[in-house]
Amino acid sequence: MATPQKTGTEVPGGGNAGPGFPPFKTETFASQLLWLAIFFGLLYWLVSKVFAPRLTEVIEGRASRIAKDLEEAAAAKVKAEEAGAAYEKSLAEAKAKAQAIAQARRDEVNKASEARRKSLEADLAARLVAAETQIADTKTKAMANVEGIAAEAASAIVQRLGGTAPSRGDLDAALKAALKA
Amino acid sequence: MASPLDQFVIKPIIPLGKIGASEIAFTNASLFMMLVVGAIGLFFMAATSQRALVPGRMQAFAEMLYEFVANTLKSAAGKEGMQFFPLVFSLFLFVLTANFMGMIPGAFTVTSHIIVTFALAMLVFLTVIGVGFAKHGTHFLGLFVPGGAPAALVPFLVVIEVISFLSRPISLGMRLFANMLAGHIALKVFAGFVVSLGALGIGGILGATLPLGMIVALTALEFLVAFLQAYVFTILTCVYLNDALHPGH
Repeated sequence: MATPQKTGTEVPGGGNAGPGFPPFKTETFASQLLWLAIFFGLLYWLVSKVFAPRLTEVIEGRASRIAKDLEEAAAAKVKAEEAGAAYEKSLAEAKAKAQAIAQARRDEVNKASEARRKSLEADLAARLVAAETQIADTKTKAMANVEGIAAEAASAIVQRLGGTAPSRGDLDAALKAALKA
Repeated sequence: MASPLDQFVIKPIIPLGKIGASEIAFTNASLFMMLVVGAIGLFFMAATSQRALVPGRMQAFAEMLYEFVANTLKSAAGKEGMQFFPLVFSLFLFVLTANFMGMIPGAFTVTSHIIVTFALAMLVFLTVIGVGFAKHGTHFLGLFVPGGAPAALVPFLVVIEVISFLSRPISLGMRLFANMLAGHIALKVFAGFVVSLGALGIGGILGATLPLGMIVALTALEFLVAFLQAYVFTILTCVYLNDALHPGH
């Protein structure tokens, strides 16, 4: 690139708009570098002191917030699971307890009815025995009466037939013989 | 007709004096540097003023830019690369905004001047050298000795590595400058065709639709290039900074 230039006669304001390839005009370099240093320096200062810290704060704050929330949710889930397990456990316990109570009650009722049955049976047996003795008594008494009645009847019959009452001894002997037969 | 190079001419706005042959002035280039930094500053001031847990549109966009650059930096230079985040973020924002601002018709493209892009590249280069020696001392020179190479080849390889290292700031600055410059010249040249064809009467006006269509397509391409070159500049900066942090192959 031919750059016919630099006569040193450029007037300020007329600038370097003369012929030549503008990006290769070395006399503009100092000014370009100066302003680039100023403005890029300003941008770097803004980014490093203000924008980057702010954005880092926001993004990391959000990340940590999300992590914290997730952690809390996990903790809450564990807690809920524990509560569920405790509920299941207490439910099982209550069931077992209810069954035990029912069993005890049933046993108690069974025992009571058994006892009542036993006492009833004993009572009945006692009454049976009493009745049997009474029957036996009555029977013996009746038998004794039968002997007396038979003796009286025999004596009356003999008196009617023979005219005389048989002696007590004969009568008894005869009765005994007859009852034995 | 205006030359396609007119858009790159630096015109003093406020002359400030001279240092030797160099004229120091607040120029149109300086003005656009100021506008670039001002736009970035205003946007980020507004976007980060709330610091909301649930971001609004501006904050979401600012965070997107932040995470984009942070992820690029982390993937190239690792977690400890984040100490360079302000530098890399500033470079990305400056280049991106300057490139896009240059797309405004009539605007000056700050990054179309090689001195600017080269200065930014040198800033990266000197940061790499400074941090490399500060962190690793002479071990930083291990960067130039490829591991596992046959001993006979080492001197040769060291020369190649040194040359490639020294050419980094040149290629880094040149790439951005050349892309911006070429794109803007191409747009102006096709625009010039439209004007000169349009002056030829009805046939010329019909013919001018071709370069006009080219301008539309090139404009879209230039927007892509504007972003892509900012990204390339950023990612190469990250790669070079990685060398400062982890020399040795």
